[in-house]
Amino acid sequence: MAVNHVSVDIERGEIFALLGASGCGKTTLLRMLAGFETPTSGRIVLNGQDLSRMAPYQRPINMMFQSYALFPHLTVWDNIAFGLRRDGLPKDKVAEKVEAMLKLVQLGKYGMRKPHQLSGGQQQRVALARSLAKQPQLLLLDEPLGALDKKLREETQIELVNIIEQVGVTCVMVTHDQEEAMTMATRIAVMSEGRIMQVGAPSEIYETPATRYVADFIGNVNLMDGSLTADHPDHVIISCIDCTHYVGHGITGVEGMSVSVAMRPEKLRLTRERRQDSPEWAAGHNQARGTVKGMSYFGSFTVYHLQLPSGQILRVSESNTERHREYPLTWNDVAWASWSPSAQVVLTA
Amino acid sequence: MKLRLPTLSGRSAVVGVPYFWLLLFFLLPFFIVLRISVAEMEIVTFKDLLTYVEGSLQLKLKLSNYLFIAEDPLYFKTYLNSLFYAAVTTLLCLSIGYPFAYFMARAKPTTQPILLMMVMLPFWTSFLLRVYAWKGLLSDGGWVSNLLIGIGADHLLLFSGLIAAEGKFMNTPFSLIIGMVYTYLPFMILPLYANLAKMDLRLLEAAADLGCAPWLAFWKITVPLSKAGIIAGSMLVFIPCIGEFVIPELLGGPQTLMIGRVLWDEFFSNNDWPMASSVAVVMVLLILVPLAVFNKYQSQANEVRK
Amino acid sequence: MNATGAFPKLFGKGWLAAGYLFLYLPIIALIVYSFNDSPLPTKWGGFTTKWYATLANDREMIAGLWLSLKIAFFTACGSVVLGTLAAFSLVKFGRFKGRTLFSGMVNAPLVMPEVIIGLSLLLMLVSMQRWLGFPERGALTIWLGHLLLGLAYATVVIQARLQDMNPSLEEAASDLGAKPLQVFMLIILPLISQSLMSAWLLTFTLSLDDVVLSAFLSGPGSTTMPLVIFSRARLGMSPSINAVATVIIAVVSVGVIAASYWIAHNERKRSREMAEAARA
Repeated sequence: MAVNHVSVDIERGEIFALLGASGCGKTTLLRMLAGFETPTSGRIVLNGQDLSRMAPYQRPINMMFQSYALFPHLTVWDNIAFGLRRDGLPKDKVAEKVEAMLKLVQLGKYGMRKPHQLSGGQQQRVALARSLAKQPQLLLLDEPLGALDKKLREETQIELVNIIEQVGVTCVMVTHDQEEAMTMATRIAVMSEGRIMQVGAPSEIYETPATRYVADFIGNVNLMDGSLTADHPDHVIISCIDCTHYVGHGITGVEGMSVSVAMRPEKLRLTRERRQDSPEWAAGHNQARGTVKGMSYFGSFTVYHLQLPSGQILRVSESNTERHREYPLTWNDVAWASWSPSAQVVLTA
Repeated sequence: MKLRLPTLSGRSAVVGVPYFWLLLFFLLPFFIVLRISVAEMEIVTFKDLLTYVEGSLQLKLKLSNYLFIAEDPLYFKTYLNSLFYAAVTTLLCLSIGYPFAYFMARAKPTTQPILLMMVMLPFWTSFLLRVYAWKGLLSDGGWVSNLLIGIGADHLLLFSGLIAAEGKFMNTPFSLIIGMVYTYLPFMILPLYANLAKMDLRLLEAAADLGCAPWLAFWKITVPLSKAGIIAGSMLVFIPCIGEFVIPELLGGPQTLMIGRVLWDEFFSNNDWPMASSVAVVMVLLILVPLAVFNKYQSQANEVRK
Repeated sequence: MNATGAFPKLFGKGWLAAGYLFLYLPIIALIVYSFNDSPLPTKWGGFTTKWYATLANDREMIAGLWLSLKIAFFTACGSVVLGTLAAFSLVKFGRFKGRTLFSGMVNAPLVMPEVIIGLSLLLMLVSMQRWLGFPERGALTIWLGHLLLGLAYATVVIQARLQDMNPSLEEAASDLGAKPLQVFMLIILPLISQSLMSAWLLTFTLSLDDVVLSAFLSGPGSTTMPLVIFSRARLGMSPSINAVATVIIAVVSVGVIAASYWIAHNERKRSREMAEAARA
């Protein structure tokens, strides 16, 4: 089953991303919106109108394809005009709209060219212009940046969002690239095996993942298993094999329950000595001792792999705030990782 | 991607027209041939199988034609002949055509279209005329005839039974085989070339990197990978050759009686339609297996393209 | 490629040269002997163009040529239409009921011996004539036979092109508001037009050249050019045949070479434009 009991509401004017690994059902869901796949049950309602029975050419929805799908035998102008002509618009209206679109994507002088005479980036802009020409109520993007290399991707991301917001169209996009989703979308739905795991704004998804899967899928995360040893309204204590956590808020649960604790690498700090300068640290919580087993240099930050006594590797990300800083830590050094009571996300799923 | 037509009738119309056409003009005729093969011939046309005799329906099936075919050594020998010459032609086409296609595929990419065009050109000109030309080439005083006599090849051919008398190359198994190989060679070359041209040469580079001599790599990698092309080409030569008529008629002789000719004679000379039909039915039975192989290859090839 | 060459380059070139010589020998012979001033086909008697003059006055041959051209034209048109429908069904309609039978019937004429096709079709047409009073054997029946063969070839050519086409193009057209028929006319048809042309030419040539089917299916007064040539060739050598052959060879050669050049030219132009766009 490609898509299993999915129910989602999309706000007008937002950019909504369907994020997930390949095979999770996101593309199938998108194609259902476009009309290329038929759901076995359920409805698709757009602005109060039930689209479920409509063919693709009847829906007020337009899609930008991953391969752009520009008609090779037509000029850029004719490509953009294609949808407008199918609506039976008079010639001058068509011309007006096509010119407006060319201006929007900054391809004003390229109207007479054929797709094979354009570069990849230009082709993409034509595809975007073509999908916006009819001012659809919903715009669908299928892996919009998949074909571009990294440098081009960053520039295009911003450009794309600007154009979409300028036009003001509601947009659903599909991507497997979490960076893309986080930068471009107002809300993200993380999908896995045909189901939606969590829906929320990028910061929400990142800082407050609802499940292990989501926590692990987005960015890097350290996951520790443990059990709830003290449950209070304003804080809880969780015991894990290598350390104990003092979490600065209450959770719904019972003592003795198994939980996972998720922490992002950038929320941890490495020091040579054990830290005592806060009540939690003094009490022995929120710290773990380990040996540095790996270091990866990324230019703007470095990720350390700290091996804890149980064998679990903790990823700690430290930003390189100074050039050529003397780093005291190196392979096989003993170090302490520490974090604050607000760094953890407690997961029960 | 399945194109969704809004109504089932839209689809049915698109498939329906060619489907109906084929059922009417391809499949139905076969059943008619079957039926006529067991009917009685009556002067210019055939008698009905079902007749009313004194108010009751009578079915007259004349199976004697099939018995005749089975018993008469001439028919048996002719079928065997046809299979034999088809097989020989296929093997020769493969031996000549495979290296040809191989060298074409390994030529410079800019040269290949020209080479391909040069293979296609004879294909587009009338095959009847080119077969006719071989008559001239192999008759007394013809270029090829003179050449063969000049290099003494006629003794070898006489010795191997391919020609009946010294210096007489026409209307012999030799002339037939030359004509068949000549005509069907492009049918072998084209699918082989298509297959070999698509082969990923990096496989051979990998083999060389692993220490495999080029000759060995050819046998162990290139040839097995071109299996599909070999089968396609062989089927495209073998099956039609069995029932070939024009070439044996123009270039063949008394020794090279083939089943296509027999069918023709039964129909046109003897005016014996049921007999001709029986011959045809047996011929179809003969080619059913290679035909099935060919059809399977075709659908496989189409699947791969997807 | 040298590191992976299994055969010496000279051997390859030699094989190709010998092969092409073999392929073109009869063609050269036909052309040369069409100018041979001698009643004997194999003795050279000097240069002449009298056979071409004879050809111009050869009513039987010219009538045959004219008939063949007409039949070939309609065969090509019919084959392309039917072939497009068949190819479309096979590529776009997935596994519909009866697909195996359909695919088998479409592919079979490619390899089936023509004597079988000719005989079976003729017997069916005769039965049809007995039951319905028509069709009379003649140009129409020849056309039907050629169409059967042409359908098979046209389908192969068109099917190959349809399968290579990006399916997203049709979806994009549909997404932009084109109904299925519009998708076909505006997007698919233009993109397969070159293969339609190839299929047309291929089936035209096939029909023009056909002997066996024409023999079975012709009637009084409908003798095609190949039949004229064939009956003369059976009897012996006839120099006017060489003349006809040379004319045909000339026309075909010019056509094939021109077409190849034109296609190659377009390819080069396209590559150039793509390279320029990538640099821009």
